[in-house]
Amino acid sequence: MSAVSPGPLASRMDILRFATAGSVDDGKSTLIGRLLYDSKSIFADQLEAVERTSRDRGEDYTNLALLTDGLRAEREQGITIDVAYRYFATPRRKFIIADTPGHIQYTRNMVTGASTADLAVVLVDARNGLTEQSRRHAFLTTLLRVPHMVLAVNKMDLVDYQAEVFERICEEFSAFATRLDIGDLTFVPISALHGDNVVDRSANMPWYDGPSLLHHLEHVHIASDRNLIDVRFPVQYVIRPQAATDAALHDYRGYAGQVAGGVLKPGDEVLHLPSGFTTKVRAVEWAGQPVAEAFAPMSVTLLLDDDVDISRGDMISRPNNRPAVAQDIEAMVCWMSSDQVLAKRSRLVVKHTSRTVKAIVTDLHYRIDVNTLHRDESATQLGLNEVGRVRLRLTQPIFCDPYARNRTTGGLILIDEATNATVGAAMITDAR
Amino acid sequence: MRPDYQLSQLDVLQAEAIHVMREVAAEFERPVLLFSGGKDSVVMLALAEQAFSPARIPFPVMHVDTGHNFPEVLEFRDRRVAELGVRLIVASVQDSIDAGRATEETGRHASRNRLQTVTLLDAIEEYRFDALFGGARRDEEKARAKERVFSFRDEFGQWDPKNQRPELWNLYNTRIRRGEHIRVFPLSNWTELDVWAYIEREELDLPGIYFAHQRPVFERDGLLLAENPYVTRGGDEPLFTATVRYRTVGDMTCTGAVASTAGTVAEVIAEVAATRITERGQTRADDRTSEAAMEDRKREGYF
Repeated sequence: MSAVSPGPLASRMDILRFATAGSVDDGKSTLIGRLLYDSKSIFADQLEAVERTSRDRGEDYTNLALLTDGLRAEREQGITIDVAYRYFATPRRKFIIADTPGHIQYTRNMVTGASTADLAVVLVDARNGLTEQSRRHAFLTTLLRVPHMVLAVNKMDLVDYQAEVFERICEEFSAFATRLDIGDLTFVPISALHGDNVVDRSANMPWYDGPSLLHHLEHVHIASDRNLIDVRFPVQYVIRPQAATDAALHDYRGYAGQVAGGVLKPGDEVLHLPSGFTTKVRAVEWAGQPVAEAFAPMSVTLLLDDDVDISRGDMISRPNNRPAVAQDIEAMVCWMSSDQVLAKRSRLVVKHTSRTVKAIVTDLHYRIDVNTLHRDESATQLGLNEVGRVRLRLTQPIFCDPYARNRTTGGLILIDEATNATVGAAMITDAR
Repeated sequence: MRPDYQLSQLDVLQAEAIHVMREVAAEFERPVLLFSGGKDSVVMLALAEQAFSPARIPFPVMHVDTGHNFPEVLEFRDRRVAELGVRLIVASVQDSIDAGRATEETGRHASRNRLQTVTLLDAIEEYRFDALFGGARRDEEKARAKERVFSFRDEFGQWDPKNQRPELWNLYNTRIRRGEHIRVFPLSNWTELDVWAYIEREELDLPGIYFAHQRPVFERDGLLLAENPYVTRGGDEPLFTATVRYRTVGDMTCTGAVASTAGTVAEVIAEVAATRITERGQTRADDRTSEAAMEDRKREGYF
């Protein structure tokens, strides 16, 4: 039950969440099929069903895309519409794949898949080199601050496994990447169809001395991607045992939430927002048991020394390291609604950590062309799948950080008050 | 010793599920947890206990009882609910049939599987539930692989797979209008193996039918079905005794047993890790109907 001493089976495995970007033509489904197949994560009955369907449709190969395209409309149209989540594990790691569609009309789905990803695999067809689409995928990956990126140059078999082709694409991408803020970038030449450099190193590309894709996925260091410095604990729920028969629980006040940053320990001095009171952590509980410390993404309960009036939507941090208490937010927005646009004076509901407030768009600075990165300052609105920089005025302050500093306290969703639809995602760049 | 602040995969999944449960308790007025006594709902209930400890679980649990359940599972359900002191609501498919809300299927493949949707939606309306926790996992089935953790249902209980709310980070849009509700799946990112690993780590109790036992069975469509009062065996379906266990728990009419000698959680884990067939493919007649069987049932309001 404790995070410090997990059970025997769980002892050395962690989780890597990765998003794949690229279209069917780039071989994305083949790559995922290959990873699942080679790690023995495709079951016999699933494969049989796919083979049967491929045959019924008159295809002369086993179409592995049928494994991931789960909706009837997707199978009928032969496209991926929505994010599909896939799971596989090796002895080192459990992997969660957010398989996202590549076409521009599904940008919002890619943004959704990238929001929780530790790593993004951007696929490029070796024959075509960088395309508008690969630039867009790379841009969205960095917009969502996915800490690690792999540019997988696929279909190397179709260019005779030539080092020059791979190197040319790497150079071209590196030049483009200087305009983006990519944390960690790795290039891997692969052939998903033949399995070159997917699970095992390929004998066809002796000039490549890097790891196979799976080896990289298994070994990439993600523990330090989390913010372990700035203590941020959004209060999600207050636990007060009602009708407690146990007298010891009579005064129990537990502040439940998921740690968004930093490390919390008993004895630590903490600051409560919005009150500004400071107190000390008396105990940290994880699944009902006391633990020595808590860090992201643990869902814990804090017991505090003083009886402060704390409720959902409040924030606990450190006295000398606190988030911005902001009512005016500068943010990059990805607009996700096809029914309406975002424009100056748009009224929205904002959900940020455990706090929900109303907002009005006070300015739209520019719209960014997701393919060319060109900023259009004459833009007056954002439509479906468009990205732009806006200024929001909130009815109440939120406790936030720049998204680049903390993906949890820096991200928010936009909701339409009339339809309750989620219409956008925003990444805070600056807050006052 | 300096800790490396590393969490195991189970810790991460547990943290995510607890976050989801607390979010529901904070933002909805009338949540309920669907509890069948099956392993996934057992895990869900354990997570709910951990999420709100030392307080009691702040919502009732509901079982949609087809009347065709394994008696061992019903017994387990009642015992577990009593231990936790939570309120159990039983929504009965038989009552729906008696009231003329649902019509019993006839014939050799008659099943109450689909009728559960009627009973479930009626119960949601009667109790005005606005959020229902379900134990479904995305690794189970490909329509489920596309479903959100917080999955919106309209006033008819329908799922619209092409019009799902984008779901980013751990921010869940919980806003609904009266009559609509959200199905919430805290175990979305768990696999069958994760569920078993968690059962082992937390030493959770399960109904006995999950472990190897002797049982009179007969074979139908490649499945081993238990001899039971709700299914009429054909002359070509002889009864024999086999050592089996159940990989999933559903109706006696459509849930198949697997030949197994796994008598402990550790032995089950070894078996699950080595298997080459999905749990639903191996044990559920209801999913074999068509390529889109699950998607179609989910659209109508199924679990």
